[in-house]
Amino acid sequence: MKQAGKSGKSKLEKAHLRLQVNGEEVEVAFAPHKTLLEVLREDLGLTGTKHGCELGECGCCAVLVDGRPVLSCLALGVAMEGHEITTVEGMATATGLHPLQQAFAELGAAQCGYCTPGILLTAKALLENTARPSRDKIKEALAGNLCRCTGYIKILEAVELAAARMAGEKAEPAKETVYGWE
Amino acid sequence: MAGNNGGKRKGLRVVGKPLIKIDAKAKCIGELKFADDLVLPRMLHTRLLRSSVPHARIVNIDVSQAKAYPGVHAVLLGTDLPTPYGALPVSEDEHPLAIGKVRMVGDPVAAIAAVDEDVATEALDLIHVEYEPLPVVTSIQDAYDMAEPRIHDYGELGNIHRRQVYEFGSVDAGFAEADYVREDITFYEGSTHLALEQHASLAQFSHDGKLTLWTSTQDMHYLHRHLAKVLQMPASHIRVIATPNGGGFGGKCDPFNHEIVVCKLAMVTGRPVKICLNREEVFYCHRGRHPVLMSTKTGYKKDGSITAMHHRTILDGGAYGGHGVASTFYTGILQPTTYKLPNYRFEAVRVFTNKAPCGPKRGHGTPQPRWAQEIQMDRIADHLGLDPAELRKQYAVPQNSITANWIRIGTLALGQCIDKVVAGSGWKDKFRKLPYGKGIGIACSAYMTGTQTPIYYNKLPHSGVQLKLDRSGGVCVFCGSAEIGQGSDSILAYIVAEVLGIDPFDIRVVTGDTDLTPVDLGSYSSRVTLMTGNAAIEAAERARHMLREAVSAKLEVPGDRLTFADRRVFDSENPDKGVSFVDAVCLAEEKYGTLGTTGSYKPPAAPGKYKGSTIGPSPAFSCTASVAEVEVNPETGIVVVPRVWIAHDIGQAINPLLAIGQIEGCVYMGLGEALMEEMTYRGNRNLVHKFPSFLEYKSPTTLEMCDVITYLIEEPDANGPFGAKEVGQGPQLPVPPAIANAVYDAVGVRIDEIPITPDKVLKAIRAKAKGQEGRYGPTAFPTCPMPPATVVPTPFQGGDGKAIEREPAVSRK
Repeated sequence: MKQAGKSGKSKLEKAHLRLQVNGEEVEVAFAPHKTLLEVLREDLGLTGTKHGCELGECGCCAVLVDGRPVLSCLALGVAMEGHEITTVEGMATATGLHPLQQAFAELGAAQCGYCTPGILLTAKALLENTARPSRDKIKEALAGNLCRCTGYIKILEAVELAAARMAGEKAEPAKETVYGWE
Repeated sequence: MAGNNGGKRKGLRVVGKPLIKIDAKAKCIGELKFADDLVLPRMLHTRLLRSSVPHARIVNIDVSQAKAYPGVHAVLLGTDLPTPYGALPVSEDEHPLAIGKVRMVGDPVAAIAAVDEDVATEALDLIHVEYEPLPVVTSIQDAYDMAEPRIHDYGELGNIHRRQVYEFGSVDAGFAEADYVREDITFYEGSTHLALEQHASLAQFSHDGKLTLWTSTQDMHYLHRHLAKVLQMPASHIRVIATPNGGGFGGKCDPFNHEIVVCKLAMVTGRPVKICLNREEVFYCHRGRHPVLMSTKTGYKKDGSITAMHHRTILDGGAYGGHGVASTFYTGILQPTTYKLPNYRFEAVRVFTNKAPCGPKRGHGTPQPRWAQEIQMDRIADHLGLDPAELRKQYAVPQNSITANWIRIGTLALGQCIDKVVAGSGWKDKFRKLPYGKGIGIACSAYMTGTQTPIYYNKLPHSGVQLKLDRSGGVCVFCGSAEIGQGSDSILAYIVAEVLGIDPFDIRVVTGDTDLTPVDLGSYSSRVTLMTGNAAIEAAERARHMLREAVSAKLEVPGDRLTFADRRVFDSENPDKGVSFVDAVCLAEEKYGTLGTTGSYKPPAAPGKYKGSTIGPSPAFSCTASVAEVEVNPETGIVVVPRVWIAHDIGQAINPLLAIGQIEGCVYMGLGEALMEEMTYRGNRNLVHKFPSFLEYKSPTTLEMCDVITYLIEEPDANGPFGAKEVGQGPQLPVPPAIANAVYDAVGVRIDEIPITPDKVLKAIRAKAKGQEGRYGPTAFPTCPMPPATVVPTPFQGGDGKAIEREPAVSRK
């Protein structure tokens, strides 16, 4: 049995700190045992970050910490001071979607859309390190992100489409991708 | 007009184009709200205390300490919600919280509402439950052997939930006519949906006595009815809002105990109450693929034609009925829809066991029998020295026909599907010609586009659509369908845009809200595009008629000369003469007053008239052919699938991009079931799930997923909207048997049990090396007493669709 009387406490126990989230500094107070996932969703209202297991197994909750994909369900909020956190809400700007978001939307790579934020951020980290990754490299980078809807194919094609566009090409989806094979 | 038309079907501007989904951007920027993203002021959180034992009487529950725990607002027990419920009217065998006994590990026993999840979780430890263990029913064999104790006090015999026996034509005559008869015993293991979104619900009870539930459900309408019944309040005072589902696959079709519990807790506490299940709880919710043991005895001639089939199935149903009676029908009732089958006997048994309940998962009951027949077809072709692709093509069910069990088939371009995958895969150069360890296999299927019959008997429409147009030019579509990621909201926008000549993004779509939207039966049985689409066409055509009349009067152009396109209504003979769509709406509003139209859809009656004939018939059947290529390592038994070719007759793709996405998803899920997914329990009598986590329940990642070459075959069906047929489920069916057949081509062994794991492949290879049969799979099929068959003469015999009275059938032990 866990220690009883937790909510009957008289002492204030929340951690109070500043975090850098999506390029903004935010001040937040939360129970120190909270994961980054919980802080983002419950204390900062950033519900774009999803959860599928809260055990570090599905990849839904991936966010970027200093540009690297991190499973936010396995990271403690209090350990995030001084780090730059990027969530899916930080990918689009007022002027438009990130090329990955645009490509995912165009190709139907988000079916139910639940795994999409974690995959977008993981792919963003990949493309920032590797401009034109091979199909195998993309598969490897996304191997920790489960998706039950798409069979991953449209996701892989969307990452390739976005990579081409980010490299300055005027890439369009292949005919087979959108109409099927003849 | 068949074959992929590349979106160029004459006269269509929106339908057939690979357009972006209307909610795609919201999903990609993290804006879309799923159930667990919702927050209300003063919201409480719920956790359920679940049974740790598989079968026991509840002797005592002490909640006094939990109730007194600071932060706890309410504790509920089974007796607080005494009315039973269940997905089907014939098996209302569930309570939101257990009353008197538990039937599986994970059965909820008590519920706590507290200020936060942590406090609720802590308080769970303060509930003391005293169980008196009961003998445990672990398997089909146990259920056959143990009449007592009964898991439920209803059902047919002991722990046998349901038996179904049908004979269409005469299998004895069919077998007598055959040159050969063979029987194969096969097993298809259960698997779960594994939707990434954990089930979540939020309930609010307001002081005017009205209840609102936001929940991740595929079947909002049915849930609405169950809530009214169990909560004992008028359905008109309950509002159910189906939040976008983070994956469904059939796993969010049943009414769930936690959905009812949060409603009751909101009523008891007067505060909003939320629950989000953890992943382990989702595994125990289950309602997934039934494990099915099958015996398929088939008579065939030297030319490969089938003269008769006697198909028997036993389903391990788990602890509750759920949709299980329907699942039981589906393990046989669609068997005659793929290849010509003149005489057919189908016997099915569903048993109760102390495990998580099974139910509808993509393909609902049909992937198992399809697997059985498709791997048997491969053997028949092998035996006769025929090409299995040619054999399938030769005996494919013809278009516009009626099957032995009185299912009407409309368009069905199975031959074209087979041609596509045979040509694309290089089948003729590869089959039986690849080096040892590499192989290729084929399988096919047909699947329904919605059921003809709703879950509870009624004569009302299956789908309704309302359209609101106003002087802003805005068009709003209201429909009770549930968006589960398949794109059902977008389909409504595309179809209305097509009819009214506007852009899909001009349209707002409101779905899944019992207060705002007309009834649609939900996202199951591949019904949504066909039924909501037809209702949307009717509503949009009625609106177009009003606009046309108003514009015709204004422009003095005959109505039949007016065209709706490019956000204009204009004279087709003089396109410059016209009005904008906005002006057309204003003219109609001026002429008719406030504008609104409705459309509804009900499937056509089916020709079968026997009891049970309502399960199986559908407005339209899709079909699929699939070729899989495999590499089998004979040293490790590991099977790798590099590529699958798949051709699907969809009638008309409303959006080919989304259709291909569904097909790729079907291949993925079929691959997972074929090679790795297993809903299994630990090898003792505790019936604890073997691996209720993503890490250990193996599912394909990017690294295991195969390449998919998809061909859309478009053979429009008169019953579909613009000719459209289903695509969400059918394409999964041929994938596992195509892989199994390819494994045989690669290493010469038959794996008659799903999933095809390395240990099974190795055992079969080693057995073959020792001169034994190169096979892994079940060898025995247990029997139980069966009732007499419902005997129905077939259309080929000149039957009238009704059953005949016959003397009690000989028991077929």
